[in-house]
Amino acid sequence: MTIAHIEGRGLPLRGDDIDTDRIMPARFLVSVSFEGLERHLFIDDRATNPAHPFSDDRYAGASILVVNANFGCGSSREHAPQGLVRRGIRAIVGESFSEIFQGNAAMLGMPCFAASGAEVERLQRRIEENPATSLRLDVRTGAVEAGDLRITAALPPARRDAFLSGQWNPTAMLLDRFEEVRAIAARLPYVRGF
Amino acid sequence: MATLFQKVWDAHAVRTLPSGQTQLFVGLHLIHEVTTPQAFDMLRQNGWRVAFPDRTFGTIDHIVPTLTRARPFLDVMAEEMTASLERNCRDFGVNLWKLDAEEQGIVHVIGPELGLTQPGMTIACGDSHTSTHGAMGAIAFGIGTSQVRDVLASQCLSLDPLNVRRIDVSGTLRPGVFAKDVILTIIRRLGVQGGVGYAYEYGGTTIDGMTIDERMTVCNMSIEGGARVGYVNPDDTTFRYLRGRPFAPAGAAFDRAVSWWRQQASDPNASYDDRVHFDANDIEPTVTWGINPGQSVGVTEPIEGDAGDEAFAFMGFEPGARVAGTKIDVAFIGSCTNGRLSDLEAAADIVRGRRVAKHVQALVVPGSQAVRRAAEASGLHEVFIDAGFEWRGPGCSMCLGMNPDRLQGRQVCASSSNRNFKGRQGSPTGRTLLMSPAMVAAAAIAGEIVDVRQMLEPVSA
Repeated sequence: MTIAHIEGRGLPLRGDDIDTDRIMPARFLVSVSFEGLERHLFIDDRATNPAHPFSDDRYAGASILVVNANFGCGSSREHAPQGLVRRGIRAIVGESFSEIFQGNAAMLGMPCFAASGAEVERLQRRIEENPATSLRLDVRTGAVEAGDLRITAALPPARRDAFLSGQWNPTAMLLDRFEEVRAIAARLPYVRGF
Repeated sequence: MATLFQKVWDAHAVRTLPSGQTQLFVGLHLIHEVTTPQAFDMLRQNGWRVAFPDRTFGTIDHIVPTLTRARPFLDVMAEEMTASLERNCRDFGVNLWKLDAEEQGIVHVIGPELGLTQPGMTIACGDSHTSTHGAMGAIAFGIGTSQVRDVLASQCLSLDPLNVRRIDVSGTLRPGVFAKDVILTIIRRLGVQGGVGYAYEYGGTTIDGMTIDERMTVCNMSIEGGARVGYVNPDDTTFRYLRGRPFAPAGAAFDRAVSWWRQQASDPNASYDDRVHFDANDIEPTVTWGINPGQSVGVTEPIEGDAGDEAFAFMGFEPGARVAGTKIDVAFIGSCTNGRLSDLEAAADIVRGRRVAKHVQALVVPGSQAVRRAAEASGLHEVFIDAGFEWRGPGCSMCLGMNPDRLQGRQVCASSSNRNFKGRQGSPTGRTLLMSPAMVAAAAIAGEIVDVRQMLEPVSA
């Protein structure tokens, strides 16, 4: 499946360094499946803050999350992006993302667009002022449109190309030409035997 | 003129994928019960086998109860996860150290301990603290469950290369200052996102002088600074550590291995994308006061920061306050960061002849069965028990509270673990202060955060 454009309403979530323990607390990892994880997103933050954007009806059905810096830091738990995808989030726009989170999100077909802190802030404010605003993200150019607001974001080039060509889930590619994998393994002394 | 990262990357690069990312061969895949059940399900759905079962090793660590290991576990989901890993490893022909195995332990403790982790390897594990294995001169990636599926099916990852930042630490650490203080100081200065896009190469005279255990503490927390990978170049300390371990090469093969391992180290004139320097003399016992591992302070320093930061409200500190004197409820010594024998020894040196404060629950959770056996053989467990600590079975335990070991309510925990995120230790409102095992021991005894340097002198009998 190629991913070239994402359209939908936005969900602004403010704060830097939001870690994956906050997105999906560890007690919800005690399971052998990812099913139902969307119910537990930010559950502890929501309990102490009734106005949390994930509890706010104005953002129900929103599909584009807009965050600040270093989103998804900490634990590599894929349960965090799995929960977001299962809630209907299709893409994230933010100032920056943790390496592992961004990779996990890409594997699920959820691109993470990076923009400047000031532009993210403008986008968040726009959505807060009018939650009905329709957003349109262009994977090729990185353009993010929200009504008459237009900001420029970017994806890492290889990731961008993978979304555009439908190759964001790499398993089939990794299994293709498996003889080359065997050849590399046979050259490594610790595999071959010292 | 290459770095270890570049050499290892090049030696394991299979090809450039049509997507533009690199297909990288993974030399060692470590698995555990939390991040693999869904990956094995995906293998079954697609009819895939495990490509290299002999390069895949499993253990059970995150959900293990530490008071009793009787099966079935009281937590039915934890029992199901354990049974699921046992079934998956059996069905797919993967090595698994079960709960009753003498090799069982935290995945990042047992890999090096068994000699599985070796210089020049690529390693992957569905856990962000996989960076720990870099202490041996390996390039080790924490990955998500979809990537676990990829590694199981193909023994490969699809990745973009990282830049390399050289972090030099030079000089001698002062008494009472440990590897934990070094990495907390590095993260404090470079920030929790300073390492995004980088592998951290640690070097300099301080790192050169460290044991492998200490280097593991440093590399373990690379991810807390945003760096997915952290490593130390392999040297004689590394080779001495590896000799004689069960999975290390033996006899003449060991010498051939040493010669190859040496070649993997960064060249003296390698070029780096960035360089930073730290002076070991400037580092003092360090404690986190906030809700991410970069929010730390020297134990004698005032806390700096913007009063509006949610960390102050959550933790109950104010700008200008000091962490010393903060009353604690729980003391936790353990985790993949600081659950090794030398960590328990450093804590025991403080504990010996003293008593845990009455209001404190103090736990010691060894990182592995081997650590527990070694500690019990030298009587360390009695030092802890006599002082009022609980001596538990090995596992991840209260680092993340996936087993019954959890903070309650707003309890304050002095912890030798790696993350002080909100809710990390199992209570949504629980508060974590990260520090070295010796500092945790000192806090357990004083009942509050204190400067461990006040307790370095042994208590006379």
